[in-house]
Amino acid sequence: MLAYTLRRIAGLVPTLFVLATLSFFIIRLAPGGPFDQQQTLPPAIRANLDAAYGFDRPLIVQYARYLAGVAQGDLGPSLRYKDFTVTELIARGLPLSLTIGLAAALLAFFTGVPLGAYAAWRANSVADHAIMSFSMMGVVLPGFVVGPLLALMFGIYWPIFRVGGYEPGELSYLVLPVITLALPVSAYIARLMRNSLEEVLCANYIRTARAKGLTASAVLRRHALRPALIPVVSYLGPAVAFVVTGSLVVESVFGLPGSGRFLIQGAVDRDYPMVMGMILVYGVLTLVCNLIADLLYAWMDPRVRLA
Amino acid sequence: MSKGMRTTLIVLALLAMLALLAPWITPYSHEHIDWQHQAAPPSLEAAHWLGTDRLGRDLFARSMQALRVSMLIGVLAALVSVCIGVAWGATAGYVGGRVDALMMRFVDIVYALPYVFIVIILSTMFERGSIAALFIAIGAVGWLTMARIVRGQTLGLRRREFIEAAIASGVRTPQILWRHIVPNVAGPVIAYATLAIPQMILFESFLSFLGLGVQEPFASLGSLINEGAQEMESSPWMLLVPATLLTILLLAFNLLGNGLRTALGSRDE
Repeated sequence: MLAYTLRRIAGLVPTLFVLATLSFFIIRLAPGGPFDQQQTLPPAIRANLDAAYGFDRPLIVQYARYLAGVAQGDLGPSLRYKDFTVTELIARGLPLSLTIGLAAALLAFFTGVPLGAYAAWRANSVADHAIMSFSMMGVVLPGFVVGPLLALMFGIYWPIFRVGGYEPGELSYLVLPVITLALPVSAYIARLMRNSLEEVLCANYIRTARAKGLTASAVLRRHALRPALIPVVSYLGPAVAFVVTGSLVVESVFGLPGSGRFLIQGAVDRDYPMVMGMILVYGVLTLVCNLIADLLYAWMDPRVRLA
Repeated sequence: MSKGMRTTLIVLALLAMLALLAPWITPYSHEHIDWQHQAAPPSLEAAHWLGTDRLGRDLFARSMQALRVSMLIGVLAALVSVCIGVAWGATAGYVGGRVDALMMRFVDIVYALPYVFIVIILSTMFERGSIAALFIAIGAVGWLTMARIVRGQTLGLRRREFIEAAIASGVRTPQILWRHIVPNVAGPVIAYATLAIPQMILFESFLSFLGLGVQEPFASLGSLINEGAQEMESSPWMLLVPATLLTILLLAFNLLGNGLRTALGSRDE
Protein backbone atom coordinates (compact mmCIF):
# COMPACT_ATOMS: atom_id res chain seq x y z
CA MET A 1 0.00 0.00 0.00
CA LEU A 2 2.85 2.39 0.88
CA ALA A 3 4.69 1.65 -2.36
CA TYR A 4 1.50 2.23 -4.29
CA THR A 5 0.89 5.54 -2.51
CA LEU A 6 4.41 6.78 -3.19
CA ARG A 7 4.20 5.72 -6.82
CA ARG A 8 0.97 7.65 -7.24
CA ILE A 9 2.37 10.79 -5.55
CA ALA A 10 5.44 10.65 -7.81
CA GLY A 11 3.08 10.45 -10.77
CA LEU A 12 1.58 13.82 -9.83
CA VAL A 13 4.77 15.76 -10.53
CA PRO A 14 4.95 15.32 -14.33
CA THR A 15 1.22 16.01 -14.65
CA LEU A 16 1.58 19.27 -12.75
CA PHE A 17 4.58 20.23 -14.84
CA VAL A 18 2.64 19.58 -18.05
CA LEU A 19 -0.27 21.59 -16.66
CA ALA A 20 1.92 24.59 -15.80
CA THR A 21 3.72 24.45 -19.14
CA LEU A 22 0.57 24.04 -21.23
CA SER A 23 -1.27 26.86 -19.50
CA PHE A 24 1.75 29.16 -19.71
CA PHE A 25 2.32 28.77 -23.43
CA ILE A 26 -1.27 28.48 -24.60
CA ILE A 27 -2.35 31.62 -22.83
CA ARG A 28 0.58 33.53 -24.31
CA LEU A 29 -0.46 32.44 -27.78
CA ALA A 30 -3.80 34.14 -27.29
CA PRO A 31 -4.28 37.34 -29.26
CA GLY A 32 -4.63 40.51 -27.22
CA GLY A 33 -2.68 41.41 -24.12
CA PRO A 34 -3.60 42.65 -20.66
CA PHE A 35 -2.61 46.24 -21.42
CA ASP A 36 -4.48 46.90 -24.66
CA GLN A 37 -7.91 47.57 -23.27
CA GLN A 38 -9.46 51.01 -23.50
CA GLN A 39 -6.99 53.34 -25.17
CA THR A 40 -3.63 52.66 -26.75
CA LEU A 41 -0.84 53.55 -24.37
CA PRO A 42 2.09 55.75 -25.42
CA PRO A 43 4.98 53.52 -26.47
CA ALA A 44 7.23 54.67 -23.62
CA ILE A 45 4.64 53.81 -20.96
CA ARG A 46 3.89 50.54 -22.67
CA ALA A 47 7.57 49.64 -22.66
CA ASN A 48 7.86 50.51 -18.97
CA LEU A 49 4.82 48.40 -18.13
CA ASP A 50 6.21 45.48 -20.07
CA ALA A 51 9.54 45.86 -18.31
CA ALA A 52 7.92 46.08 -14.88
CA TYR A 53 6.14 42.75 -15.39
CA GLY A 54 9.06 41.18 -17.21
CA PHE A 55 7.16 40.88 -20.52
CA ASP A 56 10.11 42.34 -22.43
CA ARG A 57 12.25 39.31 -21.71
CA PRO A 58 12.32 36.28 -24.02
CA LEU A 59 9.41 33.90 -23.49
CA ILE A 60 11.71 31.14 -22.26
CA VAL A 61 13.11 33.42 -19.53
CA GLN A 62 9.59 34.39 -18.47
CA TYR A 63 8.67 30.74 -18.34
CA ALA A 64 11.66 29.81 -16.18
CA ARG A 65 10.94 32.72 -13.82
CA TYR A 66 7.31 31.72 -13.56
CA LEU A 67 8.14 28.11 -12.75
CA ALA A 68 10.67 29.23 -10.15
CA GLY A 69 8.03 31.46 -8.59
CA VAL A 70 5.39 28.71 -8.58
CA ALA A 71 7.80 26.33 -6.89
CA GLN A 72 7.95 28.84 -4.03
CA GLY A 73 4.20 29.40 -3.90
CA ASP A 74 4.40 32.77 -5.66
CA LEU A 75 1.93 32.92 -8.52
CA GLY A 76 2.94 36.41 -9.61
CA PRO A 77 1.17 39.77 -9.51
CA SER A 78 -2.34 40.23 -10.82
CA LEU A 79 -2.32 42.49 -13.87
CA ARG A 80 -5.88 43.57 -13.28
CA TYR A 81 -6.14 44.03 -9.54
CA LYS A 82 -3.09 46.20 -9.01
CA ASP A 83 -1.36 45.90 -5.63
CA PHE A 84 -2.54 42.33 -5.15
CA THR A 85 -0.70 39.14 -5.87
CA VAL A 86 -2.58 36.27 -7.44
CA THR A 87 -1.86 34.16 -4.36
CA GLU A 88 -3.56 36.73 -2.11
CA LEU A 89 -6.63 37.00 -4.31
CA ILE A 90 -7.11 33.27 -4.64
CA ALA A 91 -6.50 32.72 -0.93
CA ARG A 92 -9.26 35.20 -0.19
CA GLY A 93 -11.94 33.37 -2.19
CA LEU A 94 -10.81 29.80 -1.75
CA PRO A 95 -12.22 29.07 1.74
CA LEU A 96 -15.76 29.81 0.57
CA SER A 97 -15.30 27.77 -2.61
CA LEU A 98 -13.92 24.85 -0.65
CA THR A 99 -16.77 25.01 1.87
CA ILE A 100 -19.38 24.85 -0.87
CA GLY A 101 -17.52 22.13 -2.74
CA LEU A 102 -17.02 19.94 0.30
CA ALA A 103 -20.61 20.37 1.48
CA ALA A 104 -21.88 19.51 -2.00
CA ALA A 105 -19.68 16.43 -2.28
CA LEU A 106 -20.86 15.14 1.11
CA LEU A 107 -24.49 15.89 0.33
CA ALA A 108 -24.18 14.11 -3.01
CA PHE A 109 -22.62 11.03 -1.47
CA PHE A 110 -25.08 10.73 1.41
CA THR A 111 -28.14 11.21 -0.77
CA GLY A 112 -26.95 9.36 -3.88
CA VAL A 113 -25.92 6.12 -2.18
CA PRO A 114 -29.16 5.52 -0.23
CA LEU A 115 -31.32 6.51 -3.21
CA GLY A 116 -29.46 4.17 -5.52
CA ALA A 117 -29.45 1.36 -2.97
CA TYR A 118 -33.16 1.73 -2.42
CA ALA A 119 -33.82 1.70 -6.17
CA ALA A 120 -31.82 -1.52 -6.59
CA TRP A 121 -33.48 -3.05 -3.54
CA ARG A 122 -36.92 -2.40 -4.99
CA ALA A 123 -35.86 -2.87 -8.60
CA ASN A 124 -38.55 -2.13 -11.21
CA SER A 125 -40.93 -0.71 -8.63
CA VAL A 126 -42.54 2.72 -8.94
CA ALA A 127 -39.95 4.11 -6.52
CA ASP A 128 -37.15 2.72 -8.66
CA HIS A 129 -38.52 4.35 -11.80
CA ALA A 130 -39.07 7.63 -9.99
CA ILE A 131 -35.53 7.65 -8.62
CA MET A 132 -34.05 6.77 -11.99
CA SER A 133 -36.03 9.48 -13.81
CA PHE A 134 -34.85 11.99 -11.24
CA SER A 135 -31.33 10.70 -11.77
CA MET A 136 -31.61 11.14 -15.54
CA MET A 137 -32.76 14.73 -15.14
CA GLY A 138 -30.04 15.45 -12.60
CA VAL A 139 -27.30 14.07 -14.79
CA VAL A 140 -28.48 15.88 -17.91
CA LEU A 141 -29.31 19.34 -16.56
CA PRO A 142 -26.40 21.72 -16.08
CA GLY A 143 -25.92 23.87 -12.99
CA PHE A 144 -26.53 27.07 -14.86
CA VAL A 145 -30.07 25.90 -15.65
CA VAL A 146 -30.86 24.31 -12.29
CA GLY A 147 -29.31 27.16 -10.28
CA PRO A 148 -31.41 30.04 -11.63
CA LEU A 149 -34.57 27.89 -11.58
CA LEU A 150 -34.02 26.97 -7.93
CA ALA A 151 -33.27 30.59 -7.11
CA LEU A 152 -36.50 31.64 -8.86
CA MET A 153 -38.56 29.05 -7.01
CA PHE A 154 -37.08 29.04 -3.51
CA GLY A 155 -35.56 32.50 -3.44
CA ILE A 156 -38.23 34.64 -5.06
CA TYR A 157 -41.62 32.97 -5.48
CA TRP A 158 -41.36 31.06 -2.24
CA PRO A 159 -38.61 32.86 -0.34
CA ILE A 160 -37.28 30.20 2.02
CA PHE A 161 -33.62 30.80 1.30
CA ARG A 162 -31.69 33.92 0.52
CA VAL A 163 -30.11 34.32 -2.88
CA GLY A 164 -27.82 36.78 -4.58
CA GLY A 165 -24.71 37.64 -2.63
CA TYR A 166 -23.28 36.43 0.60
CA GLU A 167 -22.74 37.62 4.15
CA PRO A 168 -20.12 35.71 6.12
CA GLY A 169 -21.71 33.28 8.55
CA GLU A 170 -25.14 33.54 6.91
CA LEU A 171 -25.67 29.89 5.93
CA SER A 172 -29.04 30.57 4.36
CA TYR A 173 -27.19 31.93 1.31
CA LEU A 174 -25.34 28.67 0.80
CA VAL A 175 -28.21 26.16 0.78
CA LEU A 176 -29.31 26.55 -2.83
CA PRO A 177 -25.77 26.75 -4.26
CA VAL A 178 -24.82 23.55 -2.46
CA ILE A 179 -27.96 21.77 -3.68
CA THR A 180 -27.33 22.95 -7.24
CA LEU A 181 -23.77 21.70 -7.12
CA ALA A 182 -24.66 18.39 -5.47
CA LEU A 183 -27.62 17.50 -7.69
CA PRO A 184 -25.82 16.09 -10.76
CA VAL A 185 -23.26 14.24 -8.65
CA SER A 186 -25.94 12.79 -6.42
CA ALA A 187 -27.94 11.73 -9.46
CA TYR A 188 -24.95 10.03 -11.03
CA ILE A 189 -23.99 8.27 -7.79
CA ALA A 190 -27.57 7.03 -7.43
CA ARG A 191 -27.42 5.54 -10.91
CA LEU A 192 -24.03 3.93 -10.32
CA MET A 193 -25.11 2.56 -6.97
CA ARG A 194 -28.31 1.11 -8.38
CA ASN A 195 -26.58 -0.69 -11.24
CA SER A 196 -23.75 -2.09 -9.16
CA LEU A 197 -25.94 -3.19 -6.27
CA GLU A 198 -28.34 -4.86 -8.66
CA GLU A 199 -25.43 -6.81 -10.11
CA VAL A 200 -24.04 -7.71 -6.70
CA LEU A 201 -27.45 -8.95 -5.54
CA CYS A 202 -27.37 -11.54 -8.32
CA ALA A 203 -24.00 -12.93 -7.20
CA ASN A 204 -23.65 -16.49 -5.91
CA TYR A 205 -22.41 -15.52 -2.47
CA ILE A 206 -25.53 -13.44 -1.93
CA ARG A 207 -27.64 -16.46 -2.75
CA THR A 208 -25.56 -18.50 -0.32
CA ALA A 209 -26.07 -15.89 2.39
CA ARG A 210 -29.80 -15.97 1.81
CA ALA A 211 -29.78 -19.78 1.73
CA LYS A 212 -28.12 -20.04 5.12
CA GLY A 213 -31.04 -18.09 6.54
CA LEU A 214 -29.90 -14.47 6.82
CA THR A 215 -32.68 -11.93 6.55
CA ALA A 216 -32.79 -9.79 3.45
CA SER A 217 -31.68 -6.67 5.28
CA ALA A 218 -28.78 -8.48 6.97
CA VAL A 219 -27.58 -9.71 3.57
CA LEU A 220 -27.72 -6.18 2.28
CA ARG A 221 -25.83 -4.70 5.22
CA ARG A 222 -23.22 -7.40 5.69
CA HIS A 223 -22.54 -8.74 2.22
CA ALA A 224 -23.91 -6.59 -0.56
CA LEU A 225 -23.27 -2.92 0.28
CA ARG A 226 -19.50 -2.97 0.52
CA PRO A 227 -18.70 -4.51 -2.86
CA ALA A 228 -21.48 -2.45 -4.44
CA LEU A 229 -19.78 0.74 -3.23
CA ILE A 230 -16.60 0.13 -5.23
CA PRO A 231 -17.75 1.77 -8.48
CA VAL A 232 -19.08 4.70 -6.45
CA VAL A 233 -15.72 5.18 -4.77
CA SER A 234 -13.93 5.05 -8.11
CA TYR A 235 -16.29 7.75 -9.34
CA LEU A 236 -15.38 10.05 -6.45
CA GLY A 237 -12.30 11.34 -8.30
CA PRO A 238 -14.19 12.58 -11.38
CA ALA A 239 -16.95 13.73 -9.05
CA VAL A 240 -14.55 16.04 -7.25
CA ALA A 241 -13.31 17.41 -10.56
CA PHE A 242 -16.92 18.05 -11.45
CA VAL A 243 -17.63 19.81 -8.18
CA VAL A 244 -14.52 21.97 -8.59
CA THR A 245 -15.47 23.15 -12.06
CA GLY A 246 -19.14 23.27 -11.17
CA SER A 247 -18.36 25.73 -8.39
CA LEU A 248 -17.39 28.27 -11.08
CA VAL A 249 -20.92 28.24 -12.39
CA VAL A 250 -22.62 28.17 -9.04
CA GLU A 251 -20.56 31.07 -7.74
CA SER A 252 -21.45 33.11 -10.77
CA VAL A 253 -25.15 32.16 -10.66
CA PHE A 254 -25.59 32.96 -6.98
CA GLY A 255 -23.13 35.85 -6.83
CA LEU A 256 -20.92 34.23 -4.22
CA PRO A 257 -17.48 35.77 -3.63
CA GLY A 258 -15.56 32.51 -4.10
CA SER A 259 -12.40 32.17 -6.14
CA GLY A 260 -14.11 30.87 -9.29
CA ARG A 261 -14.91 34.33 -10.63
CA PHE A 262 -11.20 35.11 -10.82
CA LEU A 263 -10.70 32.45 -13.47
CA ILE A 264 -13.51 33.74 -15.64
CA GLN A 265 -12.75 37.41 -15.13
CA GLY A 266 -9.07 36.64 -15.68
CA ALA A 267 -9.84 34.93 -18.98
CA VAL A 268 -11.89 37.92 -20.13
CA ASP A 269 -9.23 40.46 -19.03
CA ARG A 270 -6.29 38.38 -20.26
CA ASP A 271 -4.83 38.60 -16.80
CA TYR A 272 -2.24 35.88 -17.52
CA PRO A 273 -0.90 35.26 -14.01
CA MET A 274 -4.45 35.11 -12.66
CA VAL A 275 -5.68 32.50 -15.12
CA MET A 276 -2.54 30.40 -14.78
CA GLY A 277 -2.65 30.66 -11.00
CA MET A 278 -6.30 29.60 -10.88
CA ILE A 279 -5.67 26.70 -13.23
CA LEU A 280 -2.72 25.55 -11.17
CA VAL A 281 -4.55 25.83 -7.85
CA TYR A 282 -7.69 24.10 -9.13
CA GLY A 283 -5.56 21.58 -11.01
CA VAL A 284 -3.66 20.64 -7.85
CA LEU A 285 -6.94 20.43 -5.98
CA THR A 286 -8.41 18.08 -8.58
CA LEU A 287 -5.31 15.93 -8.79
CA VAL A 288 -4.99 15.59 -5.03
CA CYS A 289 -8.66 14.67 -4.67
CA ASN A 290 -8.30 12.17 -7.49
CA LEU A 291 -5.33 10.70 -5.70
CA ILE A 292 -7.23 10.37 -2.44
CA ALA A 293 -10.13 8.71 -4.26
CA ASP A 294 -7.75 6.30 -5.99
CA LEU A 295 -6.02 5.43 -2.72
CA LEU A 296 -9.38 4.81 -1.10
CA TYR A 297 -10.27 2.59 -4.03
CA ALA A 298 -7.02 0.64 -3.78
CA TRP A 299 -7.60 0.20 -0.06
CA MET A 300 -11.09 -1.17 -0.66
CA ASP A 301 -10.12 -3.40 -3.56
CA PRO A 302 -6.69 -5.06 -3.19
CA ARG A 303 -6.69 -6.16 -6.83
CA VAL A 304 -5.98 -2.58 -7.91
CA ARG A 305 -2.80 -1.94 -5.95
CA LEU A 306 -1.31 -5.32 -6.80
CA ALA A 307 -1.84 -4.91 -10.51
CA MET B 1 -36.23 0.95 -32.70
CA SER B 2 -38.15 1.45 -29.48
CA LYS B 3 -41.12 3.73 -29.05
CA GLY B 4 -39.16 6.05 -26.75
CA MET B 5 -36.42 6.50 -29.30
CA ARG B 6 -38.90 7.26 -32.05
CA THR B 7 -40.47 9.94 -29.85
CA THR B 8 -37.12 11.56 -29.09
CA LEU B 9 -36.20 11.50 -32.77
CA ILE B 10 -39.48 13.21 -33.64
CA VAL B 11 -38.92 15.81 -30.92
CA LEU B 12 -35.42 16.53 -32.21
CA ALA B 13 -36.58 16.74 -35.81
CA LEU B 14 -39.35 19.14 -34.81
CA LEU B 15 -36.93 21.32 -32.87
CA ALA B 16 -34.49 21.40 -35.76
CA MET B 17 -37.23 22.29 -38.24
CA LEU B 18 -38.59 24.98 -35.95
CA ALA B 19 -35.12 26.43 -35.54
CA LEU B 20 -34.43 26.42 -39.25
CA LEU B 21 -37.81 27.76 -40.34
CA ALA B 22 -38.11 30.37 -37.59
CA PRO B 23 -37.06 33.32 -39.78
CA TRP B 24 -40.13 32.65 -41.97
CA ILE B 25 -42.48 32.00 -39.06
CA THR B 26 -41.93 35.11 -36.98
CA PRO B 27 -41.94 38.65 -38.38
CA TYR B 28 -39.01 39.62 -36.14
CA SER B 29 -35.32 38.98 -36.58
CA HIS B 30 -33.02 38.09 -33.71
CA GLU B 31 -31.57 41.61 -33.56
CA HIS B 32 -34.63 43.72 -34.34
CA ILE B 33 -35.45 46.04 -31.46
CA ASP B 34 -39.13 46.68 -30.84
CA TRP B 35 -39.13 49.95 -28.90
CA GLN B 36 -42.82 49.60 -28.02
CA HIS B 37 -42.39 46.27 -26.28
CA GLN B 38 -39.40 46.15 -23.99
CA ALA B 39 -39.27 43.31 -21.47
CA ALA B 40 -42.83 42.51 -22.56
CA PRO B 41 -44.45 39.26 -21.39
CA PRO B 42 -45.54 36.71 -24.01
CA SER B 43 -48.49 38.04 -26.03
CA LEU B 44 -50.28 37.08 -29.21
CA GLU B 45 -51.33 40.55 -30.46
CA ALA B 46 -47.80 41.91 -30.74
CA ALA B 47 -46.66 38.57 -32.23
CA HIS B 48 -44.07 38.27 -29.45
CA TRP B 49 -45.15 34.71 -28.67
CA LEU B 50 -42.50 34.18 -26.04
CA GLY B 51 -42.14 37.79 -24.93
CA THR B 52 -39.21 40.14 -25.46
CA ASP B 53 -35.95 40.82 -23.66
CA ARG B 54 -34.89 43.98 -21.86
CA LEU B 55 -33.96 45.73 -25.11
CA GLY B 56 -37.18 44.72 -26.86
CA ARG B 57 -35.79 41.92 -29.00
CA ASP B 58 -38.22 39.08 -29.74
CA LEU B 59 -37.44 36.09 -27.52
CA PHE B 60 -38.82 33.54 -29.97
CA ALA B 61 -36.59 34.80 -32.75
CA ARG B 62 -33.61 34.97 -30.41
CA SER B 63 -34.06 31.54 -28.90
CA MET B 64 -34.57 29.95 -32.31
CA GLN B 65 -31.38 31.58 -33.54
CA ALA B 66 -29.69 30.30 -30.36
CA LEU B 67 -31.07 26.83 -31.01
CA ARG B 68 -29.52 26.88 -34.50
CA VAL B 69 -26.15 27.85 -33.03
CA SER B 70 -26.36 25.20 -30.31
CA MET B 71 -27.33 22.38 -32.65
CA LEU B 72 -24.75 23.39 -35.24
CA ILE B 73 -21.93 23.63 -32.73
CA GLY B 74 -23.04 20.43 -31.01
CA VAL B 75 -23.03 18.39 -34.20
CA LEU B 76 -19.87 19.91 -35.67
CA ALA B 77 -17.90 19.70 -32.44
CA ALA B 78 -19.00 16.10 -31.94
CA LEU B 79 -17.85 15.38 -35.49
CA VAL B 80 -14.44 16.95 -34.86
CA SER B 81 -14.02 14.98 -31.66
CA VAL B 82 -15.10 11.75 -33.35
CA CYS B 83 -12.52 12.18 -36.13
CA ILE B 84 -9.65 12.90 -33.76
CA GLY B 85 -10.75 10.30 -31.23
CA VAL B 86 -11.16 7.48 -33.75
CA ALA B 87 -7.83 8.19 -35.46
CA TRP B 88 -6.00 8.45 -32.14
CA GLY B 89 -7.63 5.47 -30.46
CA ALA B 90 -7.41 3.14 -33.48
CA THR B 91 -3.73 3.96 -34.01
CA ALA B 92 -2.84 3.52 -30.36
CA GLY B 93 -4.77 0.28 -30.03
CA TYR B 94 -3.55 -1.24 -33.28
CA VAL B 95 0.13 -0.26 -33.14
CA GLY B 96 0.37 -1.08 -29.44
CA GLY B 97 3.57 -1.24 -27.45
CA ARG B 98 5.39 1.94 -26.57
CA VAL B 99 3.43 4.09 -29.01
CA ASP B 100 0.21 2.96 -27.35
CA ALA B 101 1.59 3.64 -23.86
CA LEU B 102 2.75 7.13 -24.84
CA MET B 103 -0.43 8.09 -26.68
CA MET B 104 -2.69 6.91 -23.90
CA ARG B 105 -0.50 8.49 -21.23
CA PHE B 106 -1.07 11.79 -23.01
CA VAL B 107 -4.81 11.16 -22.96
CA ASP B 108 -4.63 10.34 -19.25
CA ILE B 109 -2.83 13.58 -18.46
CA VAL B 110 -5.25 15.76 -20.39
CA TYR B 111 -8.09 13.75 -18.88
CA ALA B 112 -6.88 14.59 -15.39
CA LEU B 113 -7.22 18.31 -16.06
CA PRO B 114 -10.67 19.74 -15.63
CA TYR B 115 -12.17 19.88 -19.10
CA VAL B 116 -13.65 23.30 -18.57
CA PHE B 117 -10.26 24.89 -17.89
CA ILE B 118 -8.88 23.70 -21.19
CA VAL B 119 -11.89 25.02 -23.04
CA ILE B 120 -11.56 28.34 -21.22
CA ILE B 121 -7.87 28.61 -22.09
CA LEU B 122 -8.57 27.67 -25.69
CA SER B 123 -11.46 30.09 -25.97
CA THR B 124 -9.21 32.94 -24.86
CA MET B 125 -6.91 32.05 -27.75
CA PHE B 126 -9.44 32.94 -30.38
CA GLU B 127 -11.06 36.23 -31.23
CA ARG B 128 -14.11 36.43 -29.05
CA GLY B 129 -17.35 35.56 -30.79
CA SER B 130 -15.88 33.49 -33.57
CA ILE B 131 -18.22 30.51 -33.68
CA ALA B 132 -15.95 28.39 -35.86
CA ALA B 133 -13.04 28.78 -33.45
CA LEU B 134 -15.35 27.98 -30.56
CA PHE B 135 -16.42 24.63 -31.92
CA ILE B 136 -12.85 23.70 -32.83
CA ALA B 137 -11.84 24.46 -29.25
CA ILE B 138 -14.67 22.40 -27.82
CA GLY B 139 -14.24 19.52 -30.26
CA ALA B 140 -10.48 19.45 -29.87
CA VAL B 141 -10.72 18.56 -26.21
CA GLY B 142 -13.83 16.39 -26.50
CA TRP B 143 -12.10 13.47 -28.20
CA LEU B 144 -10.52 11.91 -25.12
CA THR B 145 -13.34 9.56 -24.15
CA MET B 146 -13.78 8.59 -27.78
CA ALA B 147 -10.08 7.73 -28.07
CA ARG B 148 -10.35 5.49 -25.02
CA ILE B 149 -13.43 3.69 -26.29
CA VAL B 150 -11.98 3.12 -29.74
CA ARG B 151 -8.64 1.94 -28.33
CA GLY B 152 -10.41 -0.60 -26.12
CA GLN B 153 -12.39 -1.94 -29.07
CA THR B 154 -9.33 -2.04 -31.31
CA LEU B 155 -7.34 -4.04 -28.77
CA GLY B 156 -10.00 -6.72 -28.99
CA LEU B 157 -10.07 -6.65 -32.79
CA ARG B 158 -6.31 -6.75 -33.29
CA ARG B 159 -6.01 -10.46 -32.58
CA ARG B 160 -8.96 -11.52 -34.73
CA GLU B 161 -8.48 -13.79 -37.74
CA PHE B 162 -9.57 -11.35 -40.41
CA ILE B 163 -6.92 -8.85 -39.30
CA GLU B 164 -4.32 -11.58 -39.36
CA ALA B 165 -5.50 -12.54 -42.83
CA ALA B 166 -5.17 -8.93 -43.96
CA ILE B 167 -1.63 -8.70 -42.58
CA ALA B 168 -0.73 -12.03 -44.20
CA SER B 169 -1.98 -10.89 -47.58
CA GLY B 170 0.21 -7.80 -47.36
CA VAL B 171 -2.28 -4.99 -46.65
CA ARG B 172 -0.50 -1.96 -45.25
CA THR B 173 -1.20 -0.64 -41.76
CA PRO B 174 -3.10 2.55 -42.73
CA GLN B 175 -5.28 0.42 -45.02
CA ILE B 176 -5.97 -2.08 -42.27
CA LEU B 177 -6.92 0.71 -39.89
CA TRP B 178 -9.23 2.37 -42.37
CA ARG B 179 -10.78 -0.67 -44.03
CA HIS B 180 -10.91 -3.21 -41.21
CA ILE B 181 -10.65 -1.52 -37.82
CA VAL B 182 -12.71 1.65 -38.26
CA PRO B 183 -15.83 -0.02 -39.76
CA ASN B 184 -15.79 -2.56 -36.95
CA VAL B 185 -15.79 0.03 -34.19
CA ALA B 186 -18.56 2.05 -35.84
CA GLY B 187 -21.32 0.82 -33.50
CA PRO B 188 -19.99 2.14 -30.20
CA VAL B 189 -18.61 5.20 -32.00
CA ILE B 190 -22.05 6.18 -33.29
CA ALA B 191 -23.64 5.63 -29.89
CA TYR B 192 -20.99 7.65 -28.13
CA ALA B 193 -21.05 10.40 -30.78
CA THR B 194 -24.76 10.86 -30.10
CA LEU B 195 -23.98 11.19 -26.41
CA ALA B 196 -21.15 13.61 -27.23
CA ILE B 197 -23.51 16.04 -28.99
CA PRO B 198 -25.35 17.10 -25.81
CA GLN B 199 -22.00 17.40 -24.04
CA MET B 200 -20.75 19.75 -26.71
CA ILE B 201 -23.98 21.74 -26.60
CA LEU B 202 -23.54 21.97 -22.87
CA PHE B 203 -19.99 23.25 -23.15
CA GLU B 204 -20.91 25.84 -25.71
CA SER B 205 -23.81 27.03 -23.56
CA PHE B 206 -21.60 27.01 -20.50
CA LEU B 207 -18.97 29.18 -22.18
CA SER B 208 -21.64 31.52 -23.51
CA PHE B 209 -23.21 31.64 -20.07
CA LEU B 210 -19.88 32.83 -18.70
CA GLY B 211 -19.62 35.38 -21.51
CA LEU B 212 -16.73 33.62 -23.24
CA GLY B 213 -18.67 32.05 -26.07
CA VAL B 214 -21.13 33.39 -28.63
CA GLN B 215 -21.22 37.21 -28.52
CA GLU B 216 -23.91 39.84 -29.15
CA PRO B 217 -25.89 40.44 -31.32
CA PHE B 218 -26.00 36.65 -31.65
CA ALA B 219 -27.45 34.63 -28.83
CA SER B 220 -26.76 31.18 -27.49
CA LEU B 221 -29.02 29.29 -25.13
CA GLY B 222 -26.33 29.82 -22.50
CA SER B 223 -26.15 33.57 -22.94
CA LEU B 224 -29.96 33.80 -23.00
CA ILE B 225 -30.11 31.91 -19.70
CA ASN B 226 -27.52 34.25 -18.26
CA GLU B 227 -29.54 37.31 -19.33
CA GLY B 228 -32.73 35.70 -18.11
CA ALA B 229 -31.26 34.88 -14.72
CA GLN B 230 -30.50 38.55 -14.18
CA GLU B 231 -34.06 39.58 -14.96
CA MET B 232 -35.88 36.61 -13.49
CA GLU B 233 -37.53 38.55 -10.70
CA SER B 234 -39.38 40.93 -13.02
CA SER B 235 -39.54 38.90 -16.25
CA PRO B 236 -39.33 35.17 -15.52
CA TRP B 237 -40.08 34.19 -19.15
CA MET B 238 -36.63 35.40 -20.15
CA LEU B 239 -35.17 32.62 -18.02
CA LEU B 240 -37.86 29.98 -18.50
CA VAL B 241 -37.89 29.95 -22.31
CA PRO B 242 -34.19 29.23 -22.95
CA ALA B 243 -33.93 26.99 -19.89
CA THR B 244 -36.83 24.83 -21.13
CA LEU B 245 -35.40 24.65 -24.64
CA LEU B 246 -31.98 23.61 -23.41
CA THR B 247 -33.52 21.01 -21.10
CA ILE B 248 -35.54 19.45 -23.92
CA LEU B 249 -32.56 19.48 -26.26
CA LEU B 250 -30.20 17.86 -23.76
CA LEU B 251 -32.75 15.28 -22.60
CA ALA B 252 -33.64 14.30 -26.16
CA PHE B 253 -30.03 13.83 -27.28
CA ASN B 254 -29.17 11.89 -24.14
CA LEU B 255 -32.17 9.58 -24.44
CA LEU B 256 -31.34 9.01 -28.09
CA GLY B 257 -27.70 8.22 -27.27
CA ASN B 258 -28.63 5.86 -24.45
CA GLY B 259 -31.13 4.11 -26.68
CA LEU B 260 -28.57 3.74 -29.46
CA ARG B 261 -26.00 2.44 -27.02
CA THR B 262 -28.32 -0.28 -25.82
CA ALA B 263 -29.41 -1.11 -29.35
CA LEU B 264 -25.92 -1.20 -30.86
CA GLY B 265 -24.07 -2.41 -27.78
CA SER B 266 -26.09 -5.55 -27.16
CA ARG B 267 -25.21 -6.86 -30.60
CA ASP B 268 -21.50 -7.48 -30.15
CA GLU B 269 -21.64 -8.66 -26.55
